[in-house]
Amino acid sequence: MIHSLFLINSSGDIFLEKHWKSVVSRSVCDYFFEAQERATEAENVPPVIPTPHHYLLSVYRHKIFFVAVIQTEVPPLFVIEFLHRVVDTFQDYFGVCSEPVIKDNVVVVYEVLEEMLDNGFPLATESNILKELIKPPTILRTVVNTITGSTNVGEQLPTGQLSVVPWRRTGVKYTNNEAYFDVIEEIDAIIDKSGSTVTAEIQGVIDACVKLTGMPDLTLSFMNPRLLDDVSFHPCVRFKRWESERILSFIPPDGNFRLLSYHVSAQNLVAIPVYVKHSISFRDSSSLGRFEITVGPKQTMGKTIEGVTVLSQMPRGVLNMSLTPSQGTHTFDPVTKMLSWDVGKINPQKLPSLKGTMSLQAGASKPDENPTINLQFKIQQLAISGLKVNRLDMYGEKYKPFKGIKYMTKAGKFQVRT
Amino acid sequence: MTDSKYFTTTKKGEIFELKAELNSDKKEKKKEAVKKVIASMTVGKDVSALFPDVVNCMQTDNLELKKLVYLYLMNYAKSQPDMAIMAVNTFVKDCEDPNPLIRALAVRTMGCIRVDKITEYLCEPLRKCLKDEDPYVRKTAAVCVAKLHDINAQLVEDQGFLDTLKDLISDSNPMVVANAVAALSEIAESHPSSNLLDLNPQSINKLLTALNECTEWGQIFILDCLANYTPKDDREAQSICERVTPRLSHANSAVVLSAVKVLMKFMEMLSKDLDYYGTLLKKLAPPLVTLLSAEPELQYVALRNINLIVQKRPEILKHEMKVFFVKYNDPIYVKLEKLDIMIRLASQANIAQVLAELKEYATEVDVDFVRKAVRAIGRCAIKVEQSAERCVSTLLDLIQTKVNYVVQEAIVVIKDIFRKYPNKYESVIATLCENLDSLDEPEARAAMIWIVGEYAERIDNADELLESFLEGFHDESTQVQLQLLTAIVKLFLKKPTETQELVQQVLSLATQDSDNPDLRDRGYIYWRLLSTDPVAAKEVVLAEKPLISEETDLIEPTLLDELICYIGTLASVYHKPPSAFVEGGRGVVHKSLPPRTASNESTESPETAPAGAPTAEQPDVIPTQGDLLGDLLNLDLGPPVSGPPLTTSSVQMGAVDLLGGGLDSLMGDEPEGIGDTNFGAPPPAAPARLGAPIGSGLSDLFDLTSGVGTLSGSYVPPKAVWLPAMKAKGLEISGTFMRQVGSISMDLQLTNKALQVMTDFAIQFNRNSFGLAPAAPLQVHAPLSPNQTVEISLPLNTVGSVMKMDPLNNLQVAVKNNIDIFYFSTLYPLHILFVEDGKMDRQMFLATWKDIPNENEAQFQIRDCSLNAEAVSTKLQNSNIFTIAKRNVEGQDMLYQSLKLTNGIWVLAELRIQPGSPSFTLSLKCRAPEVSQHVYQAYETILKN
Repeated sequence: MIHSLFLINSSGDIFLEKHWKSVVSRSVCDYFFEAQERATEAENVPPVIPTPHHYLLSVYRHKIFFVAVIQTEVPPLFVIEFLHRVVDTFQDYFGVCSEPVIKDNVVVVYEVLEEMLDNGFPLATESNILKELIKPPTILRTVVNTITGSTNVGEQLPTGQLSVVPWRRTGVKYTNNEAYFDVIEEIDAIIDKSGSTVTAEIQGVIDACVKLTGMPDLTLSFMNPRLLDDVSFHPCVRFKRWESERILSFIPPDGNFRLLSYHVSAQNLVAIPVYVKHSISFRDSSSLGRFEITVGPKQTMGKTIEGVTVLSQMPRGVLNMSLTPSQGTHTFDPVTKMLSWDVGKINPQKLPSLKGTMSLQAGASKPDENPTINLQFKIQQLAISGLKVNRLDMYGEKYKPFKGIKYMTKAGKFQVRT
Repeated sequence: MTDSKYFTTTKKGEIFELKAELNSDKKEKKKEAVKKVIASMTVGKDVSALFPDVVNCMQTDNLELKKLVYLYLMNYAKSQPDMAIMAVNTFVKDCEDPNPLIRALAVRTMGCIRVDKITEYLCEPLRKCLKDEDPYVRKTAAVCVAKLHDINAQLVEDQGFLDTLKDLISDSNPMVVANAVAALSEIAESHPSSNLLDLNPQSINKLLTALNECTEWGQIFILDCLANYTPKDDREAQSICERVTPRLSHANSAVVLSAVKVLMKFMEMLSKDLDYYGTLLKKLAPPLVTLLSAEPELQYVALRNINLIVQKRPEILKHEMKVFFVKYNDPIYVKLEKLDIMIRLASQANIAQVLAELKEYATEVDVDFVRKAVRAIGRCAIKVEQSAERCVSTLLDLIQTKVNYVVQEAIVVIKDIFRKYPNKYESVIATLCENLDSLDEPEARAAMIWIVGEYAERIDNADELLESFLEGFHDESTQVQLQLLTAIVKLFLKKPTETQELVQQVLSLATQDSDNPDLRDRGYIYWRLLSTDPVAAKEVVLAEKPLISEETDLIEPTLLDELICYIGTLASVYHKPPSAFVEGGRGVVHKSLPPRTASNESTESPETAPAGAPTAEQPDVIPTQGDLLGDLLNLDLGPPVSGPPLTTSSVQMGAVDLLGGGLDSLMGDEPEGIGDTNFGAPPPAAPARLGAPIGSGLSDLFDLTSGVGTLSGSYVPPKAVWLPAMKAKGLEISGTFMRQVGSISMDLQLTNKALQVMTDFAIQFNRNSFGLAPAAPLQVHAPLSPNQTVEISLPLNTVGSVMKMDPLNNLQVAVKNNIDIFYFSTLYPLHILFVEDGKMDRQMFLATWKDIPNENEAQFQIRDCSLNAEAVSTKLQNSNIFTIAKRNVEGQDMLYQSLKLTNGIWVLAELRIQPGSPSFTLSLKCRAPEVSQHVYQAYETILKN
């Protein structure tokens, strides 16, 4: 199972190590550094690195490498999922997951890691259980602790640990009982030069924030559940009921959690809410190129597209760009060759555009590669797949909760080739 | 107020300061000091000097302080074993604490202290905790057994902890079950022989129940454990699959992949006609696709596994091509994997899309990726014939870009396209030649040289082109040198008049100035060929090449099956069996896919039936099938049909074949060749003129071939009595079959046990499965007088009429003499039908193996055979069973073999030999599975004699 964990920052310093079995020398990370050097960018470091006696599995999050060391045959996904859980837990505990924050809370971090694994076997990874065992630091608690001498380590066995619903603690009490659900869909798409869709799919999630007293039992039903043919559930969802009735029935965890994630595959027709008109041309003879892009709405079901950002990695041969946007602001970084245009809202009457020239290296031939345009946008109150929640019911408790549901569509990896 | 204050140092020296604080009377100060110590530890500072002071703080009712001290202890106990003993008392006391959290914490920490003296004290508390009333303590104790086993395995066995652990599998709490399974799995990994996880339908049922209720991590342990179970029949397999399928919707990708493993493995047992089989296939696709929308690290592991799944069961993802399209900001390791899978999924239906994508990728920035994309276009051309033309024109477009590395890759793949579709696209050669100068990589240069040599007659200035390469001959890599040598020899054979000088030059460069044995040997071979018999050289060098097969990088089928059992593990990421890389001497059990056994067809599975069954004793009497007999009776027994006598000519053919075969492999890419051929005399000085005979070396070369030639007779079984005298009015016939250098004959011994002279012999065969027929009349020259015996060899051919017999190798014969007509039937050994050109190309073998459906595979055991792989291979080769490749997997020799029957049926075989064990495993795959049984018998006969 998982032997050790090293946290490494992007400049290659090991700033935290934790061993769950015998101590593994930190020199094992040298193999990781070699791989890091070979990969041009941090994102390209391979996730599985073999060394003569160990295997290093790593994830790169928040500019930190989380490197797990294993010695025997262990499912790599198990390790990677666990590392993700570590990252999530840190974020949950400290609000952000960054090197300074981890260093500031090093003892809590160490205690938490000790609770998460025992001899490399996962012990407590649910955040509500962890929080009962090791209380997250707050300014108030730190002050109180210093005055009263009490600790931030729970003295009692967490109640949820062994119950049938390990994700929920007992005795939860709220004065305002509320349950909010956010249906968030991300469109991953590749659009080719001519504007037709090469591939498009939707990654959807339903994130919930449930603050309800006691042990509520919820059911959530959809207007069109047959859209959901490829789903992954939070462990609280009763799979049998979903199979037979297409209803989500569950006792929710307390607080924020992801109820379900789903995937609408490329085989279904996915509506593309936005289009990009582009004309990027280099001429062989001249050292100037022409650049023009326009963004416009396509299938938006009458909603406004907001938060539009256009990003494009220009070819290396481009020295500089002189552009004028019809709205928003733009920047071009001549070192990384990254063009970014913060467009904002799209007004269908007056389409935003960005026009101008690019200066190329004098005498150089025209670049071989075509820049790809990366698009980000948001549409409120719309789930582009058409998914709609029908109703939410609560059983098991007497009070009337406040219920809310929100829809949003975002661009995931939305790329337009030129 | 953050923990960073723990890192500040003072002038006096940190350790000194901390020591003072640890010994302070104030609880709060003590705790702060321990925190500082822990903080130093986390960044790798050595604070072991504070050991006694920290341990002193252990006896406290403050849980946080206790935990911190425990953390410290776990890290440093090993370096201070004597001091660590001081802690034992506290541990033992804590194990009795009323608070389960503290009991669990104590037993957990104690297990982490890897000091022998402490482990002795651990046994009693651990025993108690394993039976604790609180499940939280029990589940912690279960893991502790695994820890203890890691430190002292003997102790764990002696104390009987393993049995207690096994009992925990039936615990009422699912979490305890999951941890017990995890602990047992880890222990079992270091003890492959022990039967720790004794899985039976009852325990499986318990695991499946716990699966629904335990944590996600527990589900992974249980699923991985389930995957090791082999259900007894398809019904059980299906019921397990049904209960595992809901896990495919789990949010944790490791759970999903472990579930996929169980399903992929058990699916093997389900019949394809089953409705459920189809349902399962459909259910597998969406979770795999979903894995691809996860974080890149997860995607990478998923893609490596999908690569295996796609090879095993392409139907699962055949409609999902688009999810493998590459996004420009995917990490490079994801891009390369996606590309690989795209090619595997490419088919006529989606090739247009794939090509458009690949062309797009070829203009990306990343060089490695672009190269692979260009290569992928070539692979598409080879895989999907209909697309070849489009691929070639795409490649030409790319060559026009003049981007150096794109051009080089394109030329390498175009070479392969030429080999796959000869005489179709050679018109592009001119374009290729234009780019000759820009090639600087060995592979591209070698490919270009090959093209020039192969098509020398179409390239006007081929000699100039090759000459230009020759200038820097010694600076080239071996690959290029070898290719250049062959290409110039080809050129010489095509245009002998203009290129004599060139060929002499290259031969002398290769044989005299080079230190590379492969190059030198190849040089000599050509030299001698050219000098002895240019016509033969032409036949050899310019022989028609076998077509290359579609997929070049398929994983070997047995390895693939094994890897399917390891889905989700490191083995699946590396595409190697765990034994190839798992650390240490820990033996690894081979996993294999379960054979398909259906509950309703309990009789005669292929393994059991033939195992020890004697093969020789078969009834000699013709079965009483009226119509067959009638057929035979109606046969004309006059002068037999004359077939062309084969013997003489075929001897020569055999020899030529041998030579050709040897040279082919010599000229192939593998440098093994005849590296160990011993040239008797040192090579003579370079002849001044081509055509000068080279003495000793040459004859050596031919000695070699003739030596090989004599080996080529296959095994001849001893003669058996086919027709006893009492059934044939005194004529006794015994005989056998043999095959020698390409011709089959029936050796007969006729004995006259009657009292009268026998004359006018004739023989006729009934129609049979392989069309065996006499190639010449039965010639008994003199009348056979009483008690006289005559031996006759009757040449046979296989051009007779065909009718399927039962058994397949049954031959019904009618013999006539002056007295009467007699009938008998006999079984001929199948190996007389194995032809000499039964050696399959390696790639072809792989592709064919994959191509033949698994239902056609039959497995047999060959027992009591003490030969080693080497001997087996020679022995079989003599009977025309050719070993194509040999591989050693963990001490086992795997021989991959092919043979061809006279009627063109190919049989592929995999023979697994465990040194020291007299039992071999033979797997046969053939499009006509009914021959397998007989091929197995042939193996058995050949190997045991």
